Amino acid sequence: MSGNSWSRAEIAGRLAQDIPDGAYMNLGIGLPTLVSNYLPSDREIILHTENGMLGMGPEAQPGEIDPDLINAGKIAVTELPGASYFHHGDSFGMMRGGHLDLCVLGAFQVSQTGDLANWSTGAPDAIPAVGGAMDLAIGAKQVYVMMELATKGGVSKLVDTCTYPITGIGCVDRLYTDRAIFELGARGATVTELVGDTTLNELRELTGLALEYSLAQEYKGITS
Amino acid sequence: MISKTSASAASALADIPDGATIMIGGFGLAGQPVQLIDALLEQGAANLTVVSNNAGNGHSGLAALLGAKRVQKIICSFPRQTDSHIFDALYRAGEIELELVPQGNLAERIRAAGAGIGAFFTPTGFGTSLAEGKETRTINGRDYVLEHPIAADFALISAYRADRLGNLTYRKTSRNFGPIMASAAATTVVQVDRIVELGELDPEAVITPGIFVNRVVETGDRFEREEWADVG
Repeated sequence: MSGNSWSRAEIAGRLAQDIPDGAYMNLGIGLPTLVSNYLPSDREIILHTENGMLGMGPEAQPGEIDPDLINAGKIAVTELPGASYFHHGDSFGMMRGGHLDLCVLGAFQVSQTGDLANWSTGAPDAIPAVGGAMDLAIGAKQVYVMMELATKGGVSKLVDTCTYPITGIGCVDRLYTDRAIFELGARGATVTELVGDTTLNELRELTGLALEYSLAQEYKGITS
Repeated sequence: MISKTSASAASALADIPDGATIMIGGFGLAGQPVQLIDALLEQGAANLTVVSNNAGNGHSGLAALLGAKRVQKIICSFPRQTDSHIFDALYRAGEIELELVPQGNLAERIRAAGAGIGAFFTPTGFGTSLAEGKETRTINGRDYVLEHPIAADFALISAYRADRLGNLTYRKTSRNFGPIMASAAATTVVQVDRIVELGELDPEAVITPGIFVNRVVETGDRFEREEWADVG
């Protein structure tokens, strides 16, 4: 940690601490993939990949690459004991049907009430692609987003209302950033953890939101 | 006697007409029926509508079919990839129509076609630009979008083992769209590494029952590693 912000690895490491033992979890393409490097070794966490697998293991090393075994990012991966394979209908039924405990996604913007924008910047010349983003956003019992709180230009990505095309409405439960952790909901964003010497006033100034501080609620996705 | 075995990819695809709707299995390169796509390219049918998760990688397979201007419309969830140069250029030039569908809706619309469902309400995409103009309904307090099935004239998929009745097993994540596409097309053509004798496939391990399959082409083992070639 440098002063008042976390690196991407530190955000991933902090988020990993909040994943409960026994969770079935999907990690989105890109930044969320980092979380898999920090899963607590004393907890059994089953990774889902939407192209049709539960029990996904680490990325394949040279010599063990199997073209029939890839993750959603089309990277060669490995299988762990207890893994299973299924077709896309079942895989997205698992998601949409609320069977996954947790999903971690990246974002361009998140609104204080949990709207997510992560599939398109709306740029007119961009080649569109959505993949499983909309299914993941509304499917898992809990949706966590990890991202830097501000753009490189210093503009907050936690906003009152998303200006980018949305992926899902009111679907993000928690937001893990380099400056703070937030709980999101119908009543707006609450700061639950400040990074380093970051202050609530700094965050209010950056986001333009009337943020309050509160201790994090207990994770409530696991019913067993 | 039933035999769904075709002598070659070319003979299995000979009757695909211009204007056909064709599902092509695979997620990226895993499960992509490469030999069938090459044969389709050779066969010449044009003005095709293709249903596939991606829009081709590099310059071979589906990308080559697009590059030959044989596809007028593609229904898919994730056309943009680091190596989707051919699709990107066609799309920017306005030379291909794109229907972009969230991946789970794509899968469920295909599954629905195979299962005889008229339409279904799904929460995925509600309130987004991809649901614009579609009927919506609130059911038990949750918002849903009405989505319709996607059926096809032909499905081209890849599997691991088949018997002459068209029973199929798959290998790892190459299963992806195979089973649902097999059910949703009037004619399903499968390329498999090996066709085995009737009775060799464990009935408990069959993933796609032969009733969903019309033609099977043996394209040979794809792996040098013996332990991969020998998995059930």
